[in-house]
Amino acid sequence: MNETRFQRKKDLPSTHLLGTGTPMCAGCGGLEALHQIYDILGERTVFVNAAGCMTLLATYPFTPFRGSWLYTSMASAAAGAQGVRDGLDILLAKGEIGSEEDLQVVVLAGDGSSYGMGLSATSSAIERGLDFIYICYDNEGYGNTGQQFSDATPHGARTATSTGPRGFPGFKKDLFAIWAAHKPTYIATVLGSEPLDLARKVEKAKSLTGPRFILALAPCPTGWDYDPKDTVEIGKLAVKTGVWPLKEFLEGKVVHTHIPRVRVPVEEYLKTQGRFAHLFRPERNEAMIAEIQGMVDAYWASVS
Amino acid sequence: MKRALLTGNGSAAWGARLAQIDYLPAFPITPQTEIIETLGKWIDTGEMNCRMVTLESEHSMLTAAGTAAATGVRVFAATSSQGFLYAMEMLYTVAGWRVPFVLVNVSRGLSAPITLEPDHNDILAARDSGFLQIHCSTCQEVLDSVLMAYRLAEHANVRLPVIVNLDGFYLSFTREPVEIPHAGLAKEFVGPYAPQGMTFRAGSPVSQAVAVLGGSPYSYFRYETHLAAQNGVSAFSEIALEFEQAFGRRQDAVEAYCMEDAELAFVMIGSFATKAKDAVDRLRKAGWAIGLLRPRLLRPFPMELIRKALAGKLGVAVVDQNLSVGKGGVLFTELASALYGMEGAPLLLSFIGGLGGRDISPEEFFEMAAVTRKAVEEGKAPPPRLLYTEEELREVRKLQAIAHVERRELEAGR
Repeated sequence: MNETRFQRKKDLPSTHLLGTGTPMCAGCGGLEALHQIYDILGERTVFVNAAGCMTLLATYPFTPFRGSWLYTSMASAAAGAQGVRDGLDILLAKGEIGSEEDLQVVVLAGDGSSYGMGLSATSSAIERGLDFIYICYDNEGYGNTGQQFSDATPHGARTATSTGPRGFPGFKKDLFAIWAAHKPTYIATVLGSEPLDLARKVEKAKSLTGPRFILALAPCPTGWDYDPKDTVEIGKLAVKTGVWPLKEFLEGKVVHTHIPRVRVPVEEYLKTQGRFAHLFRPERNEAMIAEIQGMVDAYWASVS
Repeated sequence: MKRALLTGNGSAAWGARLAQIDYLPAFPITPQTEIIETLGKWIDTGEMNCRMVTLESEHSMLTAAGTAAATGVRVFAATSSQGFLYAMEMLYTVAGWRVPFVLVNVSRGLSAPITLEPDHNDILAARDSGFLQIHCSTCQEVLDSVLMAYRLAEHANVRLPVIVNLDGFYLSFTREPVEIPHAGLAKEFVGPYAPQGMTFRAGSPVSQAVAVLGGSPYSYFRYETHLAAQNGVSAFSEIALEFEQAFGRRQDAVEAYCMEDAELAFVMIGSFATKAKDAVDRLRKAGWAIGLLRPRLLRPFPMELIRKALAGKLGVAVVDQNLSVGKGGVLFTELASALYGMEGAPLLLSFIGGLGGRDISPEEFFEMAAVTRKAVEEGKAPPPRLLYTEEELREVRKLQAIAHVERRELEAGR
């Protein structure tokens, strides 16, 4: 699959579909990714949204989307996508609409919904082979309510509900693996700060049918506690340190689209964010930094 | 038209089939399952052209039902009890979307304790959801109501989802003779699905179900929904008239049985109202001026019709097959609010019975009539009564005693 129209950065779309003036926070990594994803998917999409930050994108009577939108609930966006897809298929089969009226059905959900409450509906949608794209913008916590920890929160991160010296005691759930266990058509991890990689993957997802998943790490200035101007840099560090592996799942195989040959120490990534500040101040928590580095190392050891 | 012996579930399935539904999102639950099995079989044999999909929960089922309707197809779904409550978030949500589709609820008592047999706490939990509600007392009515419900839901002045309610076991699994309308006539009566602009199409992008910021736009949409629901009373009357012209059966918003010269009346909804009807017949033979008023339409609430039917009556026994814990009967409260301030309003009495499928015997209906007459004579309503006999209480105590003895013997034997 090297037939991408995105060979270099200047091949990326120069006109942008998503309107401005949304109520997202400055520096929102989720919006950064969505901008790029939407440019590739195009306006012939209907977004089926789950409760989260991006629910506020379409606020009556305004929308930044040129295409369609439907908000459902926190738990059932994938089921909502099922109803829309089936409705369109019924109308196509009956000849009541032509193929030119058909739409790409796209779930747009945060990690709170995708990793947790919405997983049951998503699992069964994949199992049914639903023809849809599922986008998760993963800012690693319940961001819209003030960044409480979610099933996507990384080990050690301070959140509004893990404020102790050790931060979040749990471990980030491997949603990629959970999706892969369902054997869907396609899965990819992406990041707004890697636009070429993102564009190629969304292009690939768009060319396929069946259940497809785009998991976007979404650096979050308010939730992760950093200056909004650093979103791109923190995203790049997530890749360089190996914290956020760029990979895809296709035809039963996982392929990494970027393997950092020399990985930057993970603390360079942790240091950029207030949610990990307790690992460095008042004194360095060597054990925990080593534990996090160890988890990243173990992941990459399993890759090569 | 043909006559057949159908269960209430079979009648619901026939209604959906005759309404030419496009889409059936499903999830099994007792006592509703026969409906989706029947429809599924017809889809498999090609007797119906409909897409069926089994979701992983009722919450997802209602979501898919709503989004398919929002895409522009005719949708049918069915559930019961715990499933109905599991979907509660989406009941409110899709009603707010103003998507016109029909949901059949086969009533069943709610947990805890978990049970299978019927009462109306499940359906009444959705009283304020925005779904309109039609309550059936016979299998024929179930079929007829599904057809009428599509007309009501899709009515240009209404555009809201409608629940058709039937009681588990007493109707769902009871066979009654049912007239099945001719498919062509039913198709003509229901008409083609008109999305009225509620669609998703590539050429005409639209945002549906968007968020609002603040109370003003929120109130705007809630009031719009309320006003549309209220239009449902007159819409239902139009539809009932047309239905009678097409099929010869009258299914009014409020059924008044032997009410014209009645001094006393029972007020009930659902299948147990047929028991009240039987009691009215027997009491009439004994010289009582008594009748039955049965709201078929509970949302929108046909307040004027009820006030008119009860004007000049002396005493009314409201029999609730539900219990608002810590308050009492829901229907009683509805009736009290409808009649409050009405000149010459009858004395209202509250009785709770039939919970979890417990029967209400003819003797209990006679007793309720006698208590109501006595209250009228004394000019004072007694406190609400929870129907339960001494014998029932003895039986429960006996079972408890047996269980205790058994436990003691088990422990002694160890």
